[in-house]
Amino acid sequence: MSWEPICALEQLTPERGRAALLPDGTQVALFRTRDDDLFAVENLDPFSNAYVMSRGILGDRAGTPTVASPMYKQVFDLATGECKDAERVRLRTFEVSCRDGVVAVRVPEAVPV
Amino acid sequence: MKRIVVIGDGMVGRHFTTTLREREPGWSVTVLAEENRPAYDRVRLSAYFDGATAADLSLGELDDGVDLRLGEAAVRVDRERHVVHSALSEYPYDALVIATGSYPFVPPIPGTDSPGCFVYRTLDDLEAIRDHAAGVDRGVVVGGGLLGLEAANALRLLGLDTTVVEFAPHLMPAQLDEAGGAVLRGHLEQLGIRIACGTAVAAVTTDAAERQSATPGGGNTEPPRAASGGLRLTTSDGTHLDTGLVVFAAGVRPRDAIGRDSGLAMAERGGITVDDTCLTSDPDVYAIGECAAVDGRCFGLVAPGYAMAEVVVDRLCGGDARFAGADTSTKLKLLGVDVASFGAPDGPLSTNYLDPTEGVYAKLALSDDARTLLGGILVGDTEPYGLLRASVGGPVPARLADLLARAVPDAELPDSAQICSCHAVTKSAITSAIAEGACDVASLGACTKAGSGCGSCVPLLKQLLADSGVSQNKAVCEHFAYSRAELFDIVRCAGITTFSDLIAQHGTGRGCEVCKPVVASILASLDNGHILDGEQAALQDTNDHFLANLQRNGTYSVVPRVPAGEITPEKLITIGAIARDYGLYTKITGAQRIDMFGARVEQLPAIWRRLVDAGFESGHAYGKALRTVKSCVGTTWCRYGVQDSVTLAIDLELRYRGLRSPHKLKSAVSGCARECAEARGKDFGIIATEAGWNLYVGGNGGFTPRHAQLLLSDLDTESLVRYIDRFLMFYVRTADRLQRTAAWLENLDGGLDYLREVIVDDRLGICAELDAAMDRHVASYRDEWSAVLEDPDKLSRFVSFVNAPETPDPSIRFDTSRGQPLPVMLERPRVRAS
Ligand SMILES: Cc1cc2nc3c(=O)[nH]c(=O)nc-3n(C[C@H](O)[C@H](O)[C@H](O)COP(=O)(O)OP(=O)(O)OC[C@H]3O[C@@H](n4cnc5c(N)ncnc54)[C@H](O)[C@@H]3O)c2cc1C
Ligand code: SF4
Ligand code: FES
Repeated sequence: MSWEPICALEQLTPERGRAALLPDGTQVALFRTRDDDLFAVENLDPFSNAYVMSRGILGDRAGTPTVASPMYKQVFDLATGECKDAERVRLRTFEVSCRDGVVAVRVPEAVPV
Repeated sequence: MKRIVVIGDGMVGRHFTTTLREREPGWSVTVLAEENRPAYDRVRLSAYFDGATAADLSLGELDDGVDLRLGEAAVRVDRERHVVHSALSEYPYDALVIATGSYPFVPPIPGTDSPGCFVYRTLDDLEAIRDHAAGVDRGVVVGGGLLGLEAANALRLLGLDTTVVEFAPHLMPAQLDEAGGAVLRGHLEQLGIRIACGTAVAAVTTDAAERQSATPGGGNTEPPRAASGGLRLTTSDGTHLDTGLVVFAAGVRPRDAIGRDSGLAMAERGGITVDDTCLTSDPDVYAIGECAAVDGRCFGLVAPGYAMAEVVVDRLCGGDARFAGADTSTKLKLLGVDVASFGAPDGPLSTNYLDPTEGVYAKLALSDDARTLLGGILVGDTEPYGLLRASVGGPVPARLADLLARAVPDAELPDSAQICSCHAVTKSAITSAIAEGACDVASLGACTKAGSGCGSCVPLLKQLLADSGVSQNKAVCEHFAYSRAELFDIVRCAGITTFSDLIAQHGTGRGCEVCKPVVASILASLDNGHILDGEQAALQDTNDHFLANLQRNGTYSVVPRVPAGEITPEKLITIGAIARDYGLYTKITGAQRIDMFGARVEQLPAIWRRLVDAGFESGHAYGKALRTVKSCVGTTWCRYGVQDSVTLAIDLELRYRGLRSPHKLKSAVSGCARECAEARGKDFGIIATEAGWNLYVGGNGGFTPRHAQLLLSDLDTESLVRYIDRFLMFYVRTADRLQRTAAWLENLDGGLDYLREVIVDDRLGICAELDAAMDRHVASYRDEWSAVLEDPDKLSRFVSFVNAPETPDPSIRFDTSRGQPLPVMLERPRVRAS
């Protein structure tokens, strides 16, 4: 596991997401909330098969931070990736940190083939 | 399979046919219809003089499985051979349903066939009245009952000086008592209608007839009649009434001839005798609607007819339904005066209320122990009607005076009370529909039919919804306990300019994908700068966020504004060149513009740079905002045009561009009544007339298509624009989230009339404010895209990857088909949305 630096914190708008490309080609959706909490989930929307999760609207369901897919509006728990509108659907989540104003995502080791 | 023949495609015949089709789609159904048009809403016939067209009154199309023979009357029934004859053909049946309705009664006096004499029953009658009225200035209605007063209103709307002649000593003798009749008379006289009660018409003569029969030296020494139109009514007491037009509305008689001629048993006072299953004396022949006599009595209302139709359908399908009698309650607004009668308005005891200064009269009939409400009459104020009617047969819900004074907050109705008499729906049926999820009048109608007849029970339905806490729950989501309209008022009155302030002061939590775009739209409607300024940017749905429309593969489509669909060749070439250079798929939209598909987010700024340089601006195809004002070519090119529809459409599109609203807004302008621009399918549509413009509102295509309704006619351009301003602003302020104008109007208490009162008569005193709001909108409009192109901060968002701004999204790929790029979809989505 290693940390991949992505961007400066200022490049993330509060209450909004951005997509990032990991070295292995994985697309992650990065989100920054109003209280500067950071989240990262995979960018692929499982309901539409389009890479759009980063463009969803942030919010909360009874206090749990969420993002809604911009395509068909299913809501996902940002921390766990769980879909609130469909059982057993889950987005992959990634660890994310911010050190010295730089946002980094923890990249799983490449699985040797 | 059974062969069913129906005689008559009137209201009841049609209800029978459609109900039967729903239940037994496999049977063969033939309908013989004497009129040339398919069934229409006779109950609302008079709306024809109030702007409704024949199409508005239509009861819809029958499905292809029904053989509807328009203009082909049944002339004879051969019951032995089971065949119905028309003049053209013969139709064998296994079961025959007679639904021939009634004909208007015309008193047997000389001269009633003179030109200028009419009855009031069919659309053809009304067309003839309208045509004739154009040439005269006075009209007389013979008959002061419900129908006669409706006809009197029609004549008044046609601009005639109108007199009503009634034989009985007071108006509406079938429903009202003398005191009620007198209060009603007072109201009508104030409107300028002359009333002559206790008067019988003895003869109608024309100028021509009179000139022939007039003997010199006869009693008639009046000066010759001018401008009256040439008809003279002589009354039984010898007085004269000169007029140009006479409408006989003195009651109806069952059209039972076809039953009589084929030897069916008839009721003593007319009508085909049927039992409580609506079967005639022939076991294969049924009669329903106004031509059928149950227990010797015919019903002149639509609700009992519908009930009969349903009984016969059930019987034919092997059920055991019975006609249980009918509620003959009526409530109507006659010439702006509310009148209602329900139950049996006579009883051993009664309680009365009379206020001649306010013009209110009410009477309740009670059983001899005063415990049971039997019926009643209300004139001038029918507010308690729904409650009272539903209480018939039970205890009086409250003191009459308190009911009229609205001093009874929550009179509780018994569960068995009939709320909707048109479709015989009880309170318990409605409360259980609400419990199962019906949340508004429309969905109640869909599952119980309540409210879909005369509509007089709608206020009660709303009350029941409110009582069960449904309509209270207009909260947009868990973060705000307010409806969109309430949020709008809060934002406006408290001068709130950010979502954080609003949620901190008036909500809970952080918001979500439901409330954020709602608030974004409200802030935008109130002109809070660019939609991507500051915190507002984070509230926007992805379409608004990238000022383009998200497509299924994650790319966006681009739609520049082409006001009214008018575009120069140069601009067409620009669009073509851009699409070619960026590999975009192009398609002409339904709203007369060009959509370019397949742009990646990072391409959007460059595409728009070129569009803006060529003079284009955002078309707001991505927003809940005004989309386009479509137009036909109008007088500029069209041989038939009567006004310049293109110029008006351009002006309107430029005026309202960028206006954010609860849902998208569409409009169109047609240059003449041929309506090539399909303006009546729009939220606001304008159709040119010789004299100006007709304004229609509340139409849409989409999931549930609606025709727009006529709001105002023959407006000059300036007034037209003002009324549209107010209509739009009123809608923007008061509609629910994602509620289009049609649904908004439907839920507006008082409907179109109320809307007119608000935006024309300024009943709420808000017109100046609405005008100012629209003026502000127009003055502060700026193209959203040019503003983005000038702002590096906003531009920096238009990249696929924050850490690889130069890299396009590798998942987006295209194929070529029919000479254009089409998206290559990744394999099927992992999960399907249910
Ligand atoms: C102006 C007006 C206002 C009204 N307002 C109300 C109201 O507020 N509330 C209410 O409940 N009711 C009202 N009514 C009454 C209501 O319209 C009737 O009760 C209802 O239309 C009865 O339906 P029906 O099918 O029995 O008759 P109709 O609707 O009259 O239909 C009978 C049809 O049969 C056709 N027909 C007749 N003979 C033949 C034949 N031999 N072959 C083929 N076709 C034939 C006729 O042309 C007609 O189209 C109103 C009526 C009028 C005219
Ligand atoms: S609506 Fe009238 S003016 Fe416009 S194109 Fe059609 S026919 Fe011509
Ligand atoms: S009472 Fe007529 S629609 Fe309900």
